Amino acid sequence: MSEQPIPETTQPIRLTGAEIVWATLVGEGVRDVFGYPGGAILPIYDALRKYPIRHVLVRHEQGAAHAADGYARASGKVGVAIGTSGPGATNLVTGIATAMMDSIPMVCITGQISSKLLGTDAFQEVDITGITLPITKHNFIVTRAQDVASTLRLAFRIARSGRPGPVLVDITKDAQQAVAAFDFDAAAPEPQRPHPMLSAEHDAILEAVKLITTAKRPIILAGHGILGANAMEQVRTLAERLQIPVASTLLGLGAFPASHELSLGMMGMHGEPWVNQAIQQSDLLIACGMRFDDRVTGVLASYAPNAKKIHIEIDPSEINKNVKADIPLIGDLREILETILPLIVPRNDSTWLHAVNALKGDAAVRDIKNLPDLGHLYAAHVIHDLWRVTGGKAIVVTDVGQHQMWEAQYYKHEAPRSLITSGGLGTMGFALPAAIGA
Amino acid sequence: MLHTLVALVDDKPGVLTRVASLFRRLSINIISLTVGHSEQPHVSRITIVAEAAPGSGHRIKASLFKLENVIDVDDVGQLSCVTRELALIKVAATAQTRTAIFQLAEIYRARVVDLAPESLMLEITGQASKIEGLIQVLSEGDNQILEIARSGRMVMRRGQHTSRVLEAMQMSSPEEEPVVPITANAGDSLGSLPVSNPLLEQ
Repeated sequence: MSEQPIPETTQPIRLTGAEIVWATLVGEGVRDVFGYPGGAILPIYDALRKYPIRHVLVRHEQGAAHAADGYARASGKVGVAIGTSGPGATNLVTGIATAMMDSIPMVCITGQISSKLLGTDAFQEVDITGITLPITKHNFIVTRAQDVASTLRLAFRIARSGRPGPVLVDITKDAQQAVAAFDFDAAAPEPQRPHPMLSAEHDAILEAVKLITTAKRPIILAGHGILGANAMEQVRTLAERLQIPVASTLLGLGAFPASHELSLGMMGMHGEPWVNQAIQQSDLLIACGMRFDDRVTGVLASYAPNAKKIHIEIDPSEINKNVKADIPLIGDLREILETILPLIVPRNDSTWLHAVNALKGDAAVRDIKNLPDLGHLYAAHVIHDLWRVTGGKAIVVTDVGQHQMWEAQYYKHEAPRSLITSGGLGTMGFALPAAIGA
Repeated sequence: MLHTLVALVDDKPGVLTRVASLFRRLSINIISLTVGHSEQPHVSRITIVAEAAPGSGHRIKASLFKLENVIDVDDVGQLSCVTRELALIKVAATAQTRTAIFQLAEIYRARVVDLAPESLMLEITGQASKIEGLIQVLSEGDNQILEIARSGRMVMRRGQHTSRVLEAMQMSSPEEEPVVPITANAGDSLGSLPVSNPLLEQ
């Protein structure tokens, strides 16, 4: 398949910066990338054919970014998008912002004009690291071939670690063309500094356990962070052990099986009224990897007024941002739940569950079942039929708007990563490229 | 209220933009920003004084930690610390009017660092209130202030990193000590410098 033998990624070898890009991607486990060529990225494209990486050619860089995003959402791996300098780079911006808002691990590689021309308004020059500063988790500009491997490896680490997000690496044309020694292992980033604000101390855990076991009307709020932490099983165990109903955010759909008797479906502005009524009546909210977005809470002053809040979250800046947490547990959701679970004594009191089900009544099925058959197609019917025909096993990609909410309400997601949708930024035009990526 | 944060960051191009841009995104006005080398190589120390809601310290600190180039953040808040600012003040002065300014400078412990036929330059170090005091007194006289350059505030916590001294004195870590109120207030007495660390006086 490849015309030349694939360079050993473990031994020092002299390569061009462009070749180092691909060799590093191979080393990081990348198999597919999405992109569109252009002048300042040509050396990288020239080197592509030597490496076992599938390149998906798009028609616009925004598509490449969304495709890499969809790929990451569906696979859990880091998505890679490639564009050239100037307009190629700016076309990525909407896709990067989409990934940033939804905490999607992504690495974007852009070409840049030669380092000696930087700042001269050269043809197709744009300050893309400046432009993407607020919409990336971090970004880099690389001007020397010997920095390519270490920067890319650090970019992958940043994209994956903690609360994931997009990272942009801007590589000047001279850095792509120059030759440098390549040693994949030696380019590994330094060990990560422990985050000093992570805290799930023993006392807080015990207090959380006490609240969870004594609550009469608890609800678990299942967010996107459950997927990132791979804590589906732990959340399910917690819910089952104490018969705690589980409401999901839009991006949390699939983190808890929809057919489970404890599943309430989606909460918030576009969730069913009875789900929100249940949350308003609850006396304890256990927020797992979610950020109390305004679509979830509505008016903050009157949000779940009688409920204590346990907020389990990896990003300390989300604590007390919108909703004040009585017990913040900051750290890896899976680790924290694994500490909590052994301390929870199972209980089989389903009074609260019955009360929630009473709130629900027949509302959930009414929309679908009781619509008159006038020969018209109703969205609820269509989505429900799609769910039936696919056995609920499809990966569904939506765009943004009414159909997105129909999907979220009527397609029952059993498995994680089965719904791919732009939540935070609400990017229309997301669906088609994201579906290609997924 | 005013929040004071000390951040240690990588000494690399663009890092200051990232920090400043964060405050812009959070719609927080920076009152004072001071950057310089720290005790570690390749690490800069930034002191930021910003006006923000009382409860926002945690979020500002957590947001700063999200920046890859930020190594450490200390929200010094109301803790006991030494706060200093440096100002250079150029005042119009002739041979006849210099003496009065010299006297003022002496009272404020300011130093004359440049003397020209028609002007002189004063250097003053202290808390902001002390510097503002001198500026006010100068402008209330007949002096014409030509230029003022102020460094912005620098802050260092008392005690925290001098654990060896405290250990030698068989004292517990200052982290566990009750917060010592700031005893020195240059605004109360002209030019008086803060007393030495009350912990060490015990």
